[in-house]
Amino acid sequence: MCLAIPALVTALHDGAMASVSVGGIAKQVSVALLEQVAVGDYVLLHVGYALHRVSEEEARRTLAMMAEAGLLQAEVADMGATAKSAGVVHEIR
Amino acid sequence: MKYVDEFRDRDLARTLAAAIAAAADPARDYNFMEFCGGHTHAIFRYGVQDLVPANVRFVHGPGCPVCILPARRLDDAIELAERHGVILCSYGDMLRVPGTGRRSLLKAKADGADIRMVYSTLDALDIARANPGREVVFLGIGFETTTPPSAAAIVQAQAEGIANFSVFCNHVLTPPAIRHILEAPEIDPSQAARLDGFLGPSHVSTIIGSRPYEFLAARYAKPVVIAGFEPLDVMQSVLMLIHQVNEGRVEVENQYTRVVTRDGNAKAQELVDGIFELRPSFEWRGLGSVPDSALAIRAEYAAFDAEKRFTLSEKRSRETKSCECPAILRGVKKPKDCKLFGKACTPETPMGACMVSSEGACAAYWTYRRMETLAEMAAE
Ligand code: SF4
Repeated sequence: MCLAIPALVTALHDGAMASVSVGGIAKQVSVALLEQVAVGDYVLLHVGYALHRVSEEEARRTLAMMAEAGLLQAEVADMGATAKSAGVVHEIR
Repeated sequence: MKYVDEFRDRDLARTLAAAIAAAADPARDYNFMEFCGGHTHAIFRYGVQDLVPANVRFVHGPGCPVCILPARRLDDAIELAERHGVILCSYGDMLRVPGTGRRSLLKAKADGADIRMVYSTLDALDIARANPGREVVFLGIGFETTTPPSAAAIVQAQAEGIANFSVFCNHVLTPPAIRHILEAPEIDPSQAARLDGFLGPSHVSTIIGSRPYEFLAARYAKPVVIAGFEPLDVMQSVLMLIHQVNEGRVEVENQYTRVVTRDGNAKAQELVDGIFELRPSFEWRGLGSVPDSALAIRAEYAAFDAEKRFTLSEKRSRETKSCECPAILRGVKKPKDCKLFGKACTPETPMGACMVSSEGACAAYWTYRRMETLAEMAAE
């Protein structure tokens, strides 16, 4: 439960909420913990909150590692979405 | 190099393994505690132990929030759902953990309690909005990474006037737990794991930064390397620790500079400080009562504190008899030392929390080293 998964910010909304994409899966999350965030940023997402901004490069390697270790599907399933892990990695490349 | 083929960058893994082998002095031992369950998982998944010399050992620490929550707090959560009739919202990891008498949240749910698995405190707030006539309690567990989302939910509930939402707070802190482990030798020498350094947690440090570990280096003369959770990060961090030990240096180094800074996430820290304060002490499974190691909700936010809103009865909570989780969490025993491992206790029929959470040591041994462990047990 301590894992954080990289996500791409696709839109910002009122109330410190944002739409993110975790491999084509759209999800509403909170960005209340971030100082600054913009559309196009990659963030580390943990239990529905963006914790930290990360570089695209870091996002890519983390996603690849998580897919490889079989952690990605579990995380995405936890989020109440269904996704093929391969799709997640491809989309960010 | 049994598992090296599974690394994405095999060449780098081989180079690191060779560098570790060259750096490790065969005349001594290196015992490094990885505090974070994410590291435990990476070490097992990639067989990192087999890539380093036998005198470089990993000691699994108490960094799994599910594993360290004592039966008493879980019994309290079940009481909130059963006796007070609240909608209890919990992260999925907690549902199968056995409390006293091996009762879990899942069993309480099967018996009719309204227990709901949520992915986020945002979901718990939605449930509270949708059920204004019911009390909704979020079971808050986790280290520094998971605390800010609980704080944010309380801020949100107050801003919106969601009066039926509260948090049962069990958030715990990493540095005081490490300190406690280091002070154990003075308390009881037989309990002390011999440790030469620590792999510091990745995502926790994203929030708190590397600064809070500096006292460990200064006061207890133990090196710390904040490590990313990829297997190559772990190997590189081990190499950094070996260099520190060999050179007699005692520092906080940061291998995970891609993400962790010295000061961490100031906004998240401020939010947490506004809502929570230190508890004078908190009971950890395995460590017992640890001073200043957990958070409670500040008096100003008592309306959102489930411990203030509901009366919890005195109970005689007990951990499962002969479950060795407590000693395993202190780093003094291994899953093979528990006679229930793989027999009465499996992930399907967990007797202790360390078998439930995927970050727990027993679950890691079960998933990745079952045969070796059962063979060792049979031989003993
Ligand atoms: S194997 Fe099961 S009973 Fe034994 S220590 Fe691990 S969790 Fe406890």
